[in-house]
Formats: sequence, structure tokens, C-alpha cells
Amino acid sequence: MTRLTHWAGIAFGAMAALMLAGCGERPQVMEFKQGKYQGKPDEPPYAAAPFNGNKDLWERDIRTRTQNQNEYKRIGS
Amino acid sequence: MARMKFLCDAERCIECNGCVTACKQENDVPWGVNRRRVVTINDGVPGERSISVACMHCSDAPCMAVCPVDCFYRSEEGVVLHDKDLCIGCGYCFYACPFGAPQFPQLGAFGVRGKMDKCTFCAGGPEKDNSEAEYRKYGRNRLAEGKLPACAEMCSTKALLGGDGDVIAEIYRQRVTSRGKGSEVWGWGTAYGRPDQRAPGAPGAPGAPGSAPAPTGGKS
Repeated sequence: MTRLTHWAGIAFGAMAALMLAGCGERPQVMEFKQGKYQGKPDEPPYAAAPFNGNKDLWERDIRTRTQNQNEYKRIGS
Repeated sequence: MARMKFLCDAERCIECNGCVTACKQENDVPWGVNRRRVVTINDGVPGERSISVACMHCSDAPCMAVCPVDCFYRSEEGVVLHDKDLCIGCGYCFYACPFGAPQFPQLGAFGVRGKMDKCTFCAGGPEKDNSEAEYRKYGRNRLAEGKLPACAEMCSTKALLGGDGDVIAEIYRQRVTSRGKGSEVWGWGTAYGRPDQRAPGAPGAPGAPGSAPAPTGGKS
């Protein structure tokens, strides 16, 4: 009887250890890391001629062209 | 300046494919590659709508996230571009893109895939601006000339708007509030004037003798 209790105790302990091991499971989802651009550097659109680095002039031109798409302003209705 | 964006007004698009043609002509796009295309739903039935689709230059671009060689970059104007010298033509970006924007030229027999090609918002690529190399690889750099994409500027009904996101959103908002909705957009009201805008006493005007309520029709 004592021997049976002894084995039962060992089995219970092993089972408890096995079940507890589940609590320590770490997340296995890979962490996503955004890559870094590996290609050649590009220059801003206003760097070259005809703007020669004048960003304000470029923005003004783009704004004017964008408003040309607005016929409510273009035809003044 | 905010981010560069495209906005297509489905109420105005007439499926003329002018944007597709303009893009192909401007950028010398090879056969089999369509950087832009017009998608039509409910084709041939009332309620048909068309919309012009190309790269949407996403703020959190999936193509950028999945590229194994990290050949994508975003310009300071928010345009998503890529370096063709680095691209290996794997096609991951095509699977990731919800708009089917990345295109692959068929370089030979058995469907061999070439380097990826997509809409550049007419902003070229990482070569010297307006150089021969840039034109050959990416097409024309209109942005560096102070111009907007050819597709948007060519659009005859101005359904396709391109430019600073805040500005085109404001143009669209003004348009929608001016034209109304339902039969005011397409139908009797547009053709003959809305009942509230007709001259007093004119046939069909409210309060005119024998006037019947203006019928409503056309697309809803």
C-alpha cells in the first residue's frame, strides 16, 4: 500500500510538472520588423532644373496644377 | 505639402480609358503591362459604375512590408517608389497588393517574369531626375517638372483627381455638395433644372398653373 502511494505521488508530481510547463510557453509568432530601403537614394522632385532646389516654387506650381482639376474654380461658376 | 494621392469619382468616370492610354503613352509602358486600368462593376445594367485603379501609394504599403530585398521607398511627398536595379521580380508585392498594382513584363517564353513595374505617380525613380536612365526604367518624371500625373491631368470628365491629398479631397467635397445626389446627379433634374431652380411661372415650376410634380428618373 505504501509502495502504491509512493508511485501515485511520483505520477501526480510528474503530471503537475508537465501541466505547469504549459504555463511557461512563450509566444511563437515571429516579430515583424520593417526592412530598411537598400537601393539608391533619390532626390526630391524640386532638386533639379527648372526648380533648382526651390521647394516653395515647386509647391506653388503643383498647387496651381491641382486647382486646374477643380472646374468649379476654373470656370468660375 | 501633404501626401500625394489619387481620388477617383465613380459618378463621373465614363470608362473611356483615357487615363490608361495617357499613362501608357507618357511612360512608354511596354505591352502586357498596365500601370493603370479601369474597373467596371454592374457592367451594362442600371447602376453601373467605373473606377480607375492604379497604385494607391499606401501610407502603410504592404508591398513595402513583404519585399525580401527591400527595394521600396517612400518619397517625402508620400509616393511609393522602388529601385528596379534591386528588384528580383519575385512577385511577393503582387500577392500582397490589394489593388493588383505591381505588374511584371513577360520577358520571354514560359512566362518568365521581369522586374516589377508599377505606377510611379509620374515621379520617376531613384535615378537622376529627367535623365535617359530614369525614363527608360520608370517613365517620365512629371513631378520634377512641376506637373501632376498624366492620367489625372488628361481625364476628360475630371473623375480622376491627383495631387495633394488634402486639396483633392476638398475639390471632391465641394463637387459632391454642389451636385447633390440621386436624380440630381443624372436625370431629369440635371437636364431640365431642378424644380426649386426654375423661374417662377415656368412650366413645371412649383406653383405654376397645371404644373405636375417633376418626374425623377435616370440613374439613382
